[in-house]
Amino acid sequence: MSPKKKAATASNTTAQAIVKKLKRQDAIFSTLGLLVLLSALLVLVVLIYDMAQTGWPRLNFDFFTSYPSRFAERAGILAGWVGSLLVVMTTALLAIPLGIAAGIYLEEYSQKNWFTRVIEINILNLAGIPSIIYGIMALSLFVYQLALKQSVITAGLTLALLILPIIIVATREAIKTVPSHIREASYSLGATRWQTIRYHILPYSFGGIMTGVVIALSRAIGETAPLLTVGAVTFIGFLPTSLMDSYTVLPIQMFNWLSRPQEEFHVNAAAAGLVLLSMTLLLNGLAIYIRYHFRKKYKW
Amino acid sequence: MRNDILRNAKNIKAEVKNLTFTYNEKSLESKKVLNSINLPVYENSVTALIGPSGCGKTTLLRCFNRMHDLYSTVNYNGQIILQPSGFDILSKDVDPLEVRMKIGMVFQKPNPFPKSIYENVAYGLKVRGIKKKSYIDEKVEESLKSAGLWLEVNDRLNKSASTLSGGQQQRLCIARALATEPELLLLDEPTSALDPISTAHIEELLGELKKTVTLLMVTHNLHQAGRASDYTAFMYMGDLIEFGESEQVFTNPKVERTENYITGRFG
Repeated sequence: MSPKKKAATASNTTAQAIVKKLKRQDAIFSTLGLLVLLSALLVLVVLIYDMAQTGWPRLNFDFFTSYPSRFAERAGILAGWVGSLLVVMTTALLAIPLGIAAGIYLEEYSQKNWFTRVIEINILNLAGIPSIIYGIMALSLFVYQLALKQSVITAGLTLALLILPIIIVATREAIKTVPSHIREASYSLGATRWQTIRYHILPYSFGGIMTGVVIALSRAIGETAPLLTVGAVTFIGFLPTSLMDSYTVLPIQMFNWLSRPQEEFHVNAAAAGLVLLSMTLLLNGLAIYIRYHFRKKYKW
Repeated sequence: MRNDILRNAKNIKAEVKNLTFTYNEKSLESKKVLNSINLPVYENSVTALIGPSGCGKTTLLRCFNRMHDLYSTVNYNGQIILQPSGFDILSKDVDPLEVRMKIGMVFQKPNPFPKSIYENVAYGLKVRGIKKKSYIDEKVEESLKSAGLWLEVNDRLNKSASTLSGGQQQRLCIARALATEPELLLLDEPTSALDPISTAHIEELLGELKKTVTLLMVTHNLHQAGRASDYTAFMYMGDLIEFGESEQVFTNPKVERTENYITGRFG
């Protein structure tokens, strides 16, 4: 073998050794990642399975149509699910228009200066504030200052504040996906900002915005802490007839049952948990469907 | 007939007077992109803006419909006068919207709206508040005919514009701009994203269009400028180096730098 050839073979073997080593590192990392993912999923599956096993037998028609009761087998979640629905609807009515409008303003109208940057940073911060803090703020502002008492409207306002940052951020992200050449095409034809938003930006980003909205609402449905603070009632024998009535929601009902010593009430809690979980999963499923549907519609 | 066109071609449709354009970027230092440009745009003709990347040709084009106003704070110094009205596009008292009502634009990449072919062409009329269906129908047909697209799409006006080929989409964008009867049509490298056959189609179309509208076109493609334009302006580093009839600029340039560019010595 000539010396030249020898050198070439040597460099070949080192290259192979390096590739082998790098591939091994890759394999180790991906196995590790998979293990972490699986263990997280496993915990979730065990929790849901346990809850389903306990709660499933309790799920019957009466459970959905009965008020709470001192007797576990007679108690139901009527007040809970009606209250949850009412509160979430109020939240949606308040937070959706406000959040979308704010998102549009920040993305399409506002000048990029230090003032809007401060607002942007704070909206991101708001999304990370613990929900109990919103509860405390709402207690002093809505319940006392504005004298809205412990009512559906207070709960709606509180949760609306809580999910507003999520909707704003989702709206902005969705709007950003509309390419700038579409905006320019619209402006070049003499369209105003509003016409461009109304005829192009909103329709094309509708899927993304709605996905964010639905995910935000599904978070609102599961919230407990802020509503405990602003005074959701745990034992209620009637349905709210106006926005100023007192109310309860599913998670609060669950919390109440769980904190009782009797085992039978824990079964009720598990059953209510199943209902709550189904509602959330249903909403998330809807979000995935909307996203999929609209992603197919517009390709840039 | 040919004499008529030639005589008309001597009328000035728009005139750039001493235009200096600066960007105020996020950092405080401002950046001068155009330097005392003077340029006539003759009526019923095609004027091509050529020059190496970054020479300011697209920036100049986008001054004509105040597209820069959409983004950062910009500074126009000088005038662009539309004739015969004497309307100054760059005047501070003029709203960019008013400018864009008079001047159409076709972009580098075909950018039809993801809506029907009909809606695309009708959009300019819609934003002007025109609601009369018969008038819009008529305009849509007329514009699609002018853009040489009518025969290909007249049986599927309600189909989405995304079903068209790239070349068809670009002609749709031309039709969309024509529907509002612009005084001046700006074209920003209109064929750079198209195949040679579609490009030939569009160049041919430009020859037809200039009978009714004045065209100002940015192009990277020197052959295209030579083939399809009546006048050519060569720009370099924000300066207008040479302007003249295309034939003269390409065969007998007066400035050495122009010659170096068109013969491929730089750029």
